[in-house]
Amino acid sequence: MSVRTYDVIVVGGGPAGMSAAAQASQHGLSVALIDEQSAVGGQIYRAVDDVTARRGGDLALLGSEYTYGKSVADAFRESGADHICGHTVWQLGQDGTIWSTDGAKAQAFEASHIVLATGALERPVPVPGWTLPGVMTAGAAQILLKTSGMIPDGPVVIAGSGPLLLLVADQLIRAGADIRAIAETTSMQDYIRGAPHLLRATKSWPYLQKGLNLRKSIKAAGIPIYSRTRNISIEGEGRASQIRFKAGGEQRAFDVSTVLLHQGVVPNTQASRQLRLDHMWHSKQRYWHPVVDDWGQSSVPSVFVAGDGAGVLGARAAEIKGRLCGVQIAFLQGRIGAAVRDEQAAPLLDETDDHVSIRPMLDAVFTPPKDILNPPDDATVVCRCEEITAGNVRNAAAIGAQGPNQLKAFYRAGMGPCQGRMCGLTVTEILAASHGRSPKDIGAYRIRPPLKPLTLSELADMAVDEVAE
Amino acid sequence: MLKTRHDVTDRVAVTIDGEPASVPAGISVAAAVLTTKDGATRTTAVSGIGRAPYCMMGVCFECLMDIDGIPNRQACMVTVAEGMAIAPQHGASRLGEAE
Repeated sequence: MSVRTYDVIVVGGGPAGMSAAAQASQHGLSVALIDEQSAVGGQIYRAVDDVTARRGGDLALLGSEYTYGKSVADAFRESGADHICGHTVWQLGQDGTIWSTDGAKAQAFEASHIVLATGALERPVPVPGWTLPGVMTAGAAQILLKTSGMIPDGPVVIAGSGPLLLLVADQLIRAGADIRAIAETTSMQDYIRGAPHLLRATKSWPYLQKGLNLRKSIKAAGIPIYSRTRNISIEGEGRASQIRFKAGGEQRAFDVSTVLLHQGVVPNTQASRQLRLDHMWHSKQRYWHPVVDDWGQSSVPSVFVAGDGAGVLGARAAEIKGRLCGVQIAFLQGRIGAAVRDEQAAPLLDETDDHVSIRPMLDAVFTPPKDILNPPDDATVVCRCEEITAGNVRNAAAIGAQGPNQLKAFYRAGMGPCQGRMCGLTVTEILAASHGRSPKDIGAYRIRPPLKPLTLSELADMAVDEVAE
Repeated sequence: MLKTRHDVTDRVAVTIDGEPASVPAGISVAAAVLTTKDGATRTTAVSGIGRAPYCMMGVCFECLMDIDGIPNRQACMVTVAEGMAIAPQHGASRLGEAE
């Protein structure tokens, strides 16, 4: 069996991964970046090379923050790190082993240090009808714009909350999509709750200004933005055709062919869980994330975590965190001394504050609403893969399921193809509410390899050495 | 369900559920299928109800389709290619059965 060996292997090709790989490479370490996609960028900068090279019209639409990603991609390419693209990682080891597949055969890797940079995914939005064809995440619509220059055909309603909501709405409007309404679950009280953090957020004035401009621009296009939206439900025969919600004391309904849902993003913890890293519960933002030190080192010394996968701080912070990992790993592997490391880190740490100072305000304003975290209607599907409802989970709690893993003795929630990516947070919240305990005590699904489906032939055809052992 | 913002001349010929289709080159199978039809792209293993792509980034597994005879492939993670045979994933895949 041939094992490809490096000093550092980075998993994930977004801003954190690209910059961790580039930084480590700069210090003379041998580096590989393994990424599922065929081109770098992760989700935030997805297809940035292609859009920059061939689709100027879409580039203008996606804005300068997206275009910035090209410089991060260029720096990665120039660093000399190996780019192992189109590889899906399915197992990792605390001893620095990584197993991937390119779709045809499996490949083993080994490194002294691993950097997980697998980013975030959208928080699930379990509302009645969310599983109907035609319902997607706001992020999905943005990905379609980035990768394929595509927009939804027909009337669209966007519902939920978070900074991404208005950004995507604005991009789609300018791209020519027929957005009929934006139903924000955020209320005036939420914005007021964020006000005390405004002072600290002044370092992030550019972000704040951008938010205000987006709102103005959407209203100028004549599109209603409802606030304090509740009781969202989506209906249709075989596909979404209507969305209903309550806003401003009135019941509203819109005919649609597409509904875009969004309630912020949460760390993708599949790899960090499979590695048995220590995790903690972020009680304000209501998600799990691996515990890391200021350099990004986890509870397992050989594993670092950078970017939104360690905690949602955004793309610019992800880049800085990635570089901090690179610097610290170079120090740990003896390529630089502590003095040089600290000298390299100082400007990075200074810059971090510019990009994270807005987070307390964002966290306070965009707390996910309780009825999204813990869907009140028993009939709402919670585990999409196995079609387990909120009511099923509550019934199981009532007859003894104490946590998500015990729940598996009652129902297949978390045991379908997505391995709990879509239902994990909701199941934890429902069980916590049912038992009157904190999600922190309820826990999360135990994740086992393979992280993604793997066929026997991919495993059997694993890359082998020419000479038999 | 989806449309391209601009006319795309660079296209590939595929079949979707047996029907020939011309789709933009370089896009994911999920995106390609959604430009040609509305509604479900698969049926679930549990109740047989219709589902379609949700996240477009490989985490939701709703976009499972049979691509070139291999079932349960994440269509949002596969790029269209000339001559590709794309079919809905009907329920759970059944291994070892002749088509």
